[in-house]
Amino acid sequence: MATDILFYVLAALTLIFGALVVANPFSRNPVTSAMFLVLTIISMAGLFVLLHAFFLAAVQVLVYAGAVMVLFLFVIMLLDLKEEERRKIKLMGLVAGLISVGAIVAIFVRSLLATNPGKDLAEPKAVGDTATLGKMLFTNYLLPFEIVSILLLVAMVGVILLSKKDLK
Amino acid sequence: MNVGLEHYLIVSALLFALGLLGVITRRNLIVIYMSLELMLNSANLALVSFSRFNDNLNGQVMVFFIITVAAAEVAVGLALIVALYRKRQSAHVEDLTSMKY
Repeated sequence: MATDILFYVLAALTLIFGALVVANPFSRNPVTSAMFLVLTIISMAGLFVLLHAFFLAAVQVLVYAGAVMVLFLFVIMLLDLKEEERRKIKLMGLVAGLISVGAIVAIFVRSLLATNPGKDLAEPKAVGDTATLGKMLFTNYLLPFEIVSILLLVAMVGVILLSKKDLK
Repeated sequence: MNVGLEHYLIVSALLFALGLLGVITRRNLIVIYMSLELMLNSANLALVSFSRFNDNLNGQVMVFFIITVAAAEVAVGLALIVALYRKRQSAHVEDLTSMKY
């Protein structure tokens, strides 16, 4: 099946690029991490298309890969961050991090094995195109939609206040 | 083998673990922030796959709201980082210890 092959390719790409965001063996420059995060987000938009969430795939590319990552790159260049010098990695921190990540993965794997999801579900038909999602947003989810718009306004005012020169 | 819900959930779990690893081990504030975005995105992937395999679009609306809130959160967080950098000339978490003791 072509979609199955596409799933494996896109999932592998997402995970590889995600790993390169977190730990790149060749470069510790934040700009490289940001670029790999863009690639991660775009391959995840491909996964969204495979899940028939067309509107969300477009929003993912526009908002995340477009707006949010441009914001990240602006800030990186504004701060003029140099190549992160290699400080001594604290062994305790690394061990604690690996243990906690291992614990989380163990919990996920245990719960996936215990619940056996998606075994007796009917053939999926839900398609998230713009018309359907828009109708839901303006009927069932009208109040959250308006609240989110107020949240964006508050965030905008807060950001302007925070980035004023003399913070009082 | 047919790709089902559990395949997407495994990808989402691994991506979440990668993001958590980045948050815990990296020392640059901006890279930590990018790892947080990775974790948010893995939650989005899980929600979209649940929505698809349960024939229910509510999950996708939730993802839409998560993306909006994440955009607002990124703007505020990056403004905070810029304000912090103006005061301390550093975006390194080990230089920001004034609340430690």
